[in-house]
Amino acid sequence: MSRKSTLGQRLPLVDSWEKVTGRGLFIEDFRFQGMLYARTVRSAEVHAMVEEVNLDRAKQVPGFVDALVPGDAGTDVHFGVLPISEDETPLSAPRALYQGDIVAMVACEDEVAAREAALQVDVRYRPMDPVLRPKDALKETDDPLHERTVAGTNIHKKVDQEFGDPDGAFEAADFEAGGEFLFHGVNHGFTEPIGCVAVPEPNGRMSLYSATQVPHYVHRALAKVLELPMHMIRVYKPLVGGGFGGKSDPFPHEMAAALLARKTGRPVKVIFDRDEVFLNNHGRHPTQYKLKVAADREGRLLGLDAHSLIDGGAWASFGVVTTYYNGVLCQGPYRLPAFRYSGRRVYTNKPPCGAMRGHGAVNARFALETSLDVLAERLQVDPFDLREMNALPPNTTTLNHLRITSNGFVECLQRSREASGWDQKFRKMPFGRGIGLGCGFYISGSALPIHRTRTPQSTVHLKIDVDGGITIHSMAADIGQGSDTVLAQMVAETLGVSLDRCRVLAKDTDTAPLDLGSYSSRVTYMAGNAALRAAEQILDKFQKACARLTGLPAQGFQPTGEESYRYVNDPSVTVSYDDALREALADNGALIAKGIYRAPKLGGAFKGSGAGLSPTYSYQAFVAEVEVDPETGFIRVEHVWAAADVGRALNRVAVEGQIEGSVHMGLGQALSEEMKFAGGQLINGSFLDYKIPSPLETPEIDVLVVESIDPEGPLGAKECGEGALAPIIPAVANAVYDAIGVRLNEVPMTPERVLKALQDKKKAEAKAARQGGQKV
Amino acid sequence: MNQLRRIVRLKVNGHEHEVYVRHADTLLDVLREELGLTAAKRGCDLGTCGCCTVQIDGEPILSCLYLAAEAEGKEIVTVEALAGKERFSPLQRAWAEAGASQCGFCTPGFLMTADALLRSKADPSRQEIREALSGNLCRCTGFVKILDAVEQSAAKHREFQASENRSQTATEAGN
Repeated sequence: MSRKSTLGQRLPLVDSWEKVTGRGLFIEDFRFQGMLYARTVRSAEVHAMVEEVNLDRAKQVPGFVDALVPGDAGTDVHFGVLPISEDETPLSAPRALYQGDIVAMVACEDEVAAREAALQVDVRYRPMDPVLRPKDALKETDDPLHERTVAGTNIHKKVDQEFGDPDGAFEAADFEAGGEFLFHGVNHGFTEPIGCVAVPEPNGRMSLYSATQVPHYVHRALAKVLELPMHMIRVYKPLVGGGFGGKSDPFPHEMAAALLARKTGRPVKVIFDRDEVFLNNHGRHPTQYKLKVAADREGRLLGLDAHSLIDGGAWASFGVVTTYYNGVLCQGPYRLPAFRYSGRRVYTNKPPCGAMRGHGAVNARFALETSLDVLAERLQVDPFDLREMNALPPNTTTLNHLRITSNGFVECLQRSREASGWDQKFRKMPFGRGIGLGCGFYISGSALPIHRTRTPQSTVHLKIDVDGGITIHSMAADIGQGSDTVLAQMVAETLGVSLDRCRVLAKDTDTAPLDLGSYSSRVTYMAGNAALRAAEQILDKFQKACARLTGLPAQGFQPTGEESYRYVNDPSVTVSYDDALREALADNGALIAKGIYRAPKLGGAFKGSGAGLSPTYSYQAFVAEVEVDPETGFIRVEHVWAAADVGRALNRVAVEGQIEGSVHMGLGQALSEEMKFAGGQLINGSFLDYKIPSPLETPEIDVLVVESIDPEGPLGAKECGEGALAPIIPAVANAVYDAIGVRLNEVPMTPERVLKALQDKKKAEAKAARQGGQKV
Repeated sequence: MNQLRRIVRLKVNGHEHEVYVRHADTLLDVLREELGLTAAKRGCDLGTCGCCTVQIDGEPILSCLYLAAEAEGKEIVTVEALAGKERFSPLQRAWAEAGASQCGFCTPGFLMTADALLRSKADPSRQEIREALSGNLCRCTGFVKILDAVEQSAAKHREFQASENRSQTATEAGN
C-alpha cells in the first residue's frame, strides 16, 4: 500500500487561493471605524537640527485632526531591533540624520487632507555638515552622529578576527588572488509598500496591524515606546506583500502611528508611498571590500584575508550582525586553515541600511568567488575542480567553530557542471559569450537569538476539536515564502491527514505562541521542527486512542497517510482518523499540544563567536551563461543553472520558487539595481529609476535540487530562500570575464561600467604593446 | 481644487455604480476606497509596478494613472470578477498550482494583464508572454512560475473566457 504524502510534491501554497482571487487582505486593505489617515513629514535636509515644527498652516487644512511633533510623549524613546544598539526614536528630533528621516506625522480625516496637511507643516532646520563618505566617518569628530560610537568616530561597529596564521599562509603561498571591490546600495523592492494601522482599543490596549516580518520585535519595541506592559499590546500581521529583510525591524512609523493613535483616541493608518519605502530602506549596505586568498601550487587554499568598510547610513538596525557576517560567512563552503577579517560599519547621513536577503554574505561572497576564479586561472585548473578540491566535507567544524553537518556542496558542483554543459563551454565560446560559476553557503536560522533569554526560539500550538480540523498557532510570519504551508505540511505528514484539514493561524500575538519571525532563514528549520514536535504529541494521543479501541499496544499504530492508523503487526486492523479523534476527545475535550524548538548550544569561546552559528547550512553552486555586447556594454544573462542543497525539498514548487526568486533578485544587484545619491539625497527612489529586471531581462532558470537530508532538520529540510541569492552575482561576473576578458569589481555591472572596463583593457593593451615595441 | 467633486457612473464587473468622486481621484482610489474592491493593489502610484492593473473594455490599464471620471461609460473588470460564477478561472487555478503567487501582492495585476493577453492571443509563445507581462513587477518569483502558469492555462482559459461563465457577460445578457 503506497503512502500518500505531500513531501516533495508540487503543492500550491495553502494561502494561494485567497491570493489568486484578490480576497486576501494586505495592510492597505484594512479599515476601522473612525480611522484617521496619517502622513509622515520627512526631513528635507540631509543633516540638520530640527529647530521648530510649526503646525499653524497645517491646522487650516480641512480635515486636519492632530499631529505628532517633537516633544510629544514617547517621541524620544529609543528603540531598535538589536538590544545592543537601540538608536532609533519615533521622531527624529532634535536632529534629523538623513533626507527622509521622519520629523513629524499628521493625522486627518482622509488621505487627500493628510497629504495636503503634511505639505503645510513648516519645519525650521539648522543645516549641519553631513557625513557622506564612509572614509570620512572613520575620522575622529567632536560631534558623532550617535551617542555610542567607536572612540570619537562615526564607526558604529568594529570587528577584528583572526584564526590560524594568516601571515604565515600568505608567506607560504605559491599563488594569490584578490582585489578591491565596490558594492552600491540595494533596496528590497518588495511590491507592497510598508504600512500599518494603530488601533487604540476601548479597554486601554493598543493593537497594531502591520506589514511586518517579525511581530515579536514590533511588540517589544511598542511596549518600550508606549511604556505599556506587553500584554496591553497586540500585534497583528495581515498578508505581507514581500519582505526580504526590509520589514524585519521595528520601524519609527509604527511607533509614531501608535503614539498618534493614543493621542487622538482613534485608529491611525500610515501607508508609505514608494519613494518613502526607498527612504526607509534598511536594504543591503553599500560596501567597500578588500580580499585576498592564498593557495599552494596544487590549488589547496591556505588562507583568506578580508576587510570591509560598510556604509550603514543613519541607524544601527541589524548592522552589528552585518559587520560580523561580512567576514564570518566567508569561512565556507571551503576548508580554510587561516583567516583574518576586519570589518568597520560606519554611520553616515543617508537612509539606514539593514538586513536584506542573503544578509551580510552577498557582497563578501562576490569578492571571494570572483577571486577564486582568478586563482583558478593562475593555477590553470578548472574553477569547478578548484572548488571541489577545497570543499568543506560534511560533519566537520570550520576555523571559527561553525558546525557543519549535512553538506551537499560537492553534489551541487557536480549537478550544475553537468547540467550547464560546462566542460563544452568554458573558455571555448566565441568572444562575447561566456559562462561562469559562483558558489555559496548560508545559515539556516541564527542559532543565537537576539534577546538572550531561555525562551525557545519557536513554539507551535495545535488544537483539534470535534470538527476534526487542525488549527496550527504560530507567530512565524508568512511573507510569501510559504511558511504557513511548511507548518501545515509538518502536521499533515506526521498525522497522515490531508493538508486541507490544517489551518494555520499565524497572524496575531494574542493567540500565537512566541516565534522570532521570518528572518535569517530560520522558519522552516525552527518553526518547522516545533510544529513537528507538537504533531508527534497529537500522534501519541491518537495511538493511545487506537489502543483503547482495539486492545492492541499503542506504539503499534502508524499513520497510513490516508487518514487512518494501521496496526503494524496486523495490517487488517485500522482505525480511521475520525474514530481515533472521537476516542481521544472523549472525557478530554479538545486536543492541544505544544512543540518547541531551541537551537543546540554551538560555537567557541571567543568574542563574536555567536555570529554565523546555525544548526545547519545550505549550499549552492550556480552557473550563468551570458552574452555581452561589446558595443553597448549590455550583459544579457541567457540561462542560469542553480544547484542548491536544501536538505529536503518539502514542496518542489515552493523550493524552486525561492531559488528562482533569489536568482532574479541577485541578477538585479548584478546588473542594474543601485541606490544613487547626490549630496546625500537619494535620487532614484522609484521603480522607474531603480531598475529591477523585468520578465524580459530575466532568463530561464533551471533549479537543480540537491537533498542532503539534514539530520536535525524537520523531515530533513533546511533553508532554501536566502543563500541562493549570493552565488548568481559572481557567477555572472565570472561569465562576463569568460565572454570579454574583463574583470568587473564594481556592482552592479551596468553597461557603462562594462564599457569602461573594456576601454581600460584596450588602453592597457595598447600601452603594453607600445612598451613592448620600445623594447624592440 | 483637489476637493472638487462630481458624480460619476461606473460600470464595474457588470454592475453600475454612481460614485461621488474628486476630479483628481484615480480609478484605483475609487475601486479601493469607494467600492471596496481592494484586489487591485497600490504598489507605486506611478504606473511602474502594474499591481493596480484592471481591464477597461478588455484592455489592461494601470488604474493608478487613470482618472475615475475617464472611465465613465466603459466596461471595467477587476480580479474580483475573473472567475465569473466559478470559484477560479483556469488561469487563477494554474496560477496557484504553478506557484506563480508567493506574497501575492502583484498577483491581481498580473492576472488582469495575462487574462487580456489570452483574450487577444490564443496561444502566445513564451516570449510573447514575457513581453505582455513586462509592465508588471514581481519581486518574489523571478517570473518563471508566472510564465509557466500563463502557458499551461492558455488554451483552457481562452475557452473559459469565451464561455458563459464570465459574470460581466452574464450580467450584460441580463441587461
